Amino acid sequence: MTKVKTSKPAVAKKDSTRSYLKRYWQLYLLLSLPLLYLLIFKYIPMVYIQIAFKKYSIIQNVWEMPWARNHGFEYFIQAFGSNDFRRALRNTVVLNLMDLVIGFPAPIIFALILNELCFKRFKKVVQTVAYMPHFLSWVIIYSLALQLFAPGEGLVNMAIERLGGSSIPFLNDAAHWVGTYIGVGVWQNFGWGSIVYLAAIAGINSELYEAASVDGAGRFRKMWNITLPGIKPTIVVLLIMNLGNILGSNFDRPFAFQNNLVMNVADVISTYVYRTGIKGLQFSLTTAVGLFQSVVGVLFLLMANWLSRKLGERGIW
Amino acid sequence: MKVKSTSAKVGDWAFVLICVLISIICVVPMINLLAKSLSSTDYLVKNAVSLWPKGFNLDAYKTVLSDPKYIRSFFWTVFLTVVCTLVSLTMTVLCAYPLIFDKLKGRGVINIIITITMFFNAGTIPNYLLMQNLGLLDNPLVLILPGCLSVYNMIIMRSFFYGIPESLRESAEIDGASFFQIMMKIYVPLSKPVMATLALFYAVGRWNGYSDALLYMKKPEFYPLQLLLYNIINNINSVEVATQEGFSSPGLSASLKAAIVMFSTIPILCVYPWLQKYFIHGVTMGAVKE
Repeated sequence: MTKVKTSKPAVAKKDSTRSYLKRYWQLYLLLSLPLLYLLIFKYIPMVYIQIAFKKYSIIQNVWEMPWARNHGFEYFIQAFGSNDFRRALRNTVVLNLMDLVIGFPAPIIFALILNELCFKRFKKVVQTVAYMPHFLSWVIIYSLALQLFAPGEGLVNMAIERLGGSSIPFLNDAAHWVGTYIGVGVWQNFGWGSIVYLAAIAGINSELYEAASVDGAGRFRKMWNITLPGIKPTIVVLLIMNLGNILGSNFDRPFAFQNNLVMNVADVISTYVYRTGIKGLQFSLTTAVGLFQSVVGVLFLLMANWLSRKLGERGIW
Repeated sequence: MKVKSTSAKVGDWAFVLICVLISIICVVPMINLLAKSLSSTDYLVKNAVSLWPKGFNLDAYKTVLSDPKYIRSFFWTVFLTVVCTLVSLTMTVLCAYPLIFDKLKGRGVINIIITITMFFNAGTIPNYLLMQNLGLLDNPLVLILPGCLSVYNMIIMRSFFYGIPESLRESAEIDGASFFQIMMKIYVPLSKPVMATLALFYAVGRWNGYSDALLYMKKPEFYPLQLLLYNIINNINSVEVATQEGFSSPGLSASLKAAIVMFSTIPILCVYPWLQKYFIHGVTMGAVKE
């Protein structure tokens, strides 16, 4: 390669760039594929977000579509005026909050219980069994729930009837459905969720326990004064993640469990968007709903992170 | 040797008992389903089957295994899962490996570009319109491409890569190895545990996922097993089912449904216990963020 004759510092700079690229070009080449993926599947869709502010038309390019009324906010106003959306919003928040209140502590409690087991092999078997539900799809879990809770033919209702009670509509009545939905969520996640806490517990200095034993602390004393404070940072980080996701909605779980009798409590934002948007073809309206959900989600996450820093814990970033 | 007091021993056994109960709650639904899939219809109609099969027979499984619809969907899903896992693992390595070099210029910007996608999603409809414009609707590739990199999994792999001593790659650099060679000869072979974990995560995600097919795939011949299952459980007659198989709306018998569910669950239940050691490690690494 011939050197271009210019002033000295420029040559040096050019040379260093060239030698840098000569050494590092392979890394950029390797990165190009994942970045291309992110560009196409994560960033280009953001271009379509403007549909939320425009009147969707199937024959026009996104950029050419006319702006919606009310300075482009027509569809946001329409969404908040619609009972269906307000219902979906309410259900999303209520179900997520119940998941948080009931589902969040479950893995912690399970990890504490496992930690008290002194038979290693038995502990391992319990863990394997408890991780199992996490590997089942929501469709399968729903069909399992159906086999257990169906009125009349479900195992649980059979047992209730045999004991002289009357069959409980676990999946067909609003209040019972919510209970079943949350309960099944706990069933699916308590084992898997405990992995992180078990790792945190394993990281606690064992001398603390020995010192506490010498001082005569009992099992629950140690649990309360050593184990729980030891895993507190982990708990806080996961709590933040969950709080940030209070408006998030997974699709697979509610969609698998929904039926027409319980839509009043079961329809969440993701399933509302599917029904109204994909099935009902109201693209602008549901894009607006999706944008609202994403933006509020990010705000919640930022707030939760800020809160945890304020409380003296480390944030998630 | 420590001698435990009687009350401590009682406590130990109490915790064992609790764990036994929890385990039972975990497996009872599966046992109930297995019993139903092996029972004869006569007993099922009478609601007489609980945890032990009555009128033991394998008819339901024979029906499932002789029905080309299930077999085809099964092998299609197996194929999809294998392809998705391989593609995703490759993408994950390609993304994670360059990012461990702190001399890489633009690394900060690239990290931000990647992290944003974790927290902000364009939403269902923009994604749908993208698939439409890319011509991916009803195209089997739509079940592979959109999910072929999980940033979360990439972070797990990156933190594993960080754990590999830098001296290894530095000495290889001195010996004249290119970055690509270092990746293939050092990083990939040393990352088997994290590869196993992420392979499991990707495979389970693909095997269990049905919403992408529900959104983007209208051709029943490309339905993954879970979507087929969803339709069967909810007695939804897809065009194909109605015309070719002639099922009526009351749906399949309880034992047949149970057999189909077992059939689509067993592959994963056979795999995950063997990878337990690895995925525990993977989950833990995911939680400890850089």
